[in-house]
Amino acid sequence: MSGRARSERGLFERTVDGMRQAMERATSAEAGATAAGWMQRLDPRVKLAAVLALVAAVALSHRLDVIAALLAAGIAMAVTSRVPLSALASGVSLAAGAFAVALAAPALVLTPGRAVAVVPVAGWVVTAQGLMSACYLVLRAAAASTFGFLLVFTTPWAHVLKALRAFHVPVLFVAVLAMTYRYILLLLDSAHDMFVARRSRTVGRLTAATRRRLVAQSAGALLVKSLNMGNDVFLAMQARGYRGEVRVLDDFTMARTDWFALAAAAILAAVAVWVGR
Amino acid sequence: MNVFDLRSVTYRFNRVVALDGLTMAVPAGTRVALLGANGSGKSTLLRVLAGLYFPESGRVEFRGEPLTESRFADDEFAHGFRRRVGLVFQNPDVQLFNATVFDEVAFGPLQLGWAAGDVRARVTDALDRFRLSDLKDRVPQRLSGGEKKRVALASVLVMDPEVLLLDEPTDALDPRSQSQVIDLLTEWTAGSKSVITATHHLGILEEIADHCVVLDRGRVVAERSPAGLLSDEDLLDRTNLIHAHRHRHDGAHVHSHPHRHGL
Repeated sequence: MSGRARSERGLFERTVDGMRQAMERATSAEAGATAAGWMQRLDPRVKLAAVLALVAAVALSHRLDVIAALLAAGIAMAVTSRVPLSALASGVSLAAGAFAVALAAPALVLTPGRAVAVVPVAGWVVTAQGLMSACYLVLRAAAASTFGFLLVFTTPWAHVLKALRAFHVPVLFVAVLAMTYRYILLLLDSAHDMFVARRSRTVGRLTAATRRRLVAQSAGALLVKSLNMGNDVFLAMQARGYRGEVRVLDDFTMARTDWFALAAAAILAAVAVWVGR
Repeated sequence: MNVFDLRSVTYRFNRVVALDGLTMAVPAGTRVALLGANGSGKSTLLRVLAGLYFPESGRVEFRGEPLTESRFADDEFAHGFRRRVGLVFQNPDVQLFNATVFDEVAFGPLQLGWAAGDVRARVTDALDRFRLSDLKDRVPQRLSGGEKKRVALASVLVMDPEVLLLDEPTDALDPRSQSQVIDLLTEWTAGSKSVITATHHLGILEEIADHCVVLDRGRVVAERSPAGLLSDEDLLDRTNLIHAHRHRHDGAHVHSHPHRHGL
């Protein structure tokens, strides 16, 4: 992207575009969720339970090397399951990047402790403890999102939803999740079109106040669109017999490899929590 | 026997009246076109007929049975009705939410509780009939407009409903895709099916309908055969289905008169 084009787009617009690209890759990758790979062959309930256990281990671990090891394990699982690494990297970098901007960056200067550097111009003091907190936040976000994307890339979405119901997650929550995932891409497309349409009618640079007002108006318009679309999607599902419970073609059955994978994930999570305590 | 009977049906979106005391009947086995300008109430009427909206007053009956919200609380009734009445939305994007085209077409039969073997056989047959077999593993959201429309049609027709409700089936399609969709519908309705199509494209009228109902501001203002409607320029002009604009004939003479597009 050229510097000029980049300068014409605000942070909000760039973030929406980044999310759109990541979701597009995720949607395309999901079509390969039935591809031949060892994770793709596992029972979705096992994958869901394993991912939840490993994400919990990431959250409960207090050592950077243990979290890094879990992240490496997630990447290894992706490679051996033939998950497209570019799609995985794109999704993970977006999640970790959003975390870095929202939480890790402020933690650098807000956490009290020993000063290690000073931010030029602003004069803010970066502390060693702040640096450590930021590393934990970013690494945790990267590891947890790797496991999350791994589930999405190796399991058809309808199977993830059915597995959630197997764990007695409320129907309403599953239904909302089903529609949110599917339509977030359409909404991001709408947002992108809105930004392009606005840029095509804008001459010169806008003031910061005008840009903020446009962002607020765009967010409002998107909210209205998303409400209308959500309503129409629900009606379209109802019109084809949807009654709150997603039914899929395949019945889940536990094979020996599923039990083995479940045990392996449980042991890995337990060891990570124990070592990283 | 009528498939639908509507008496004095009124439906509002907040304060905006979408259907205003509408009365009409749809005899079984007929192909009805609902015509009207944007905002005339066509899409709302289809949603009322599909049991998705419930009128604030008036009565809607399907084969003599009232369609009320309380009737749809009963699973058996709801599944029976959804099996018999299919709705294809104007915007296929709201109708396509599965990971693959195969899953999309299988969604309806699965929600109706059909056996897995039966679902697979029906879906395979529908994909074949709609020339979608090559696309069965593709992500529906990433298809072209014409392909999306065919998937949306297949996802409803796979349940072989006795009544099909279509909201602007050829909207935003290129001429080839339009003709493909019309051919598929004509083939499917060759039997004793009832089809109610909302459209403002006069060009497809004679191919898709035996009877036309013209709506204006939520009311039925006329009922005609397709040929009778197309020859009534006053009515078409009054209901915004044709319009007057200035244009040039053979180079020199510029004038204004009611003009039909898409014919």
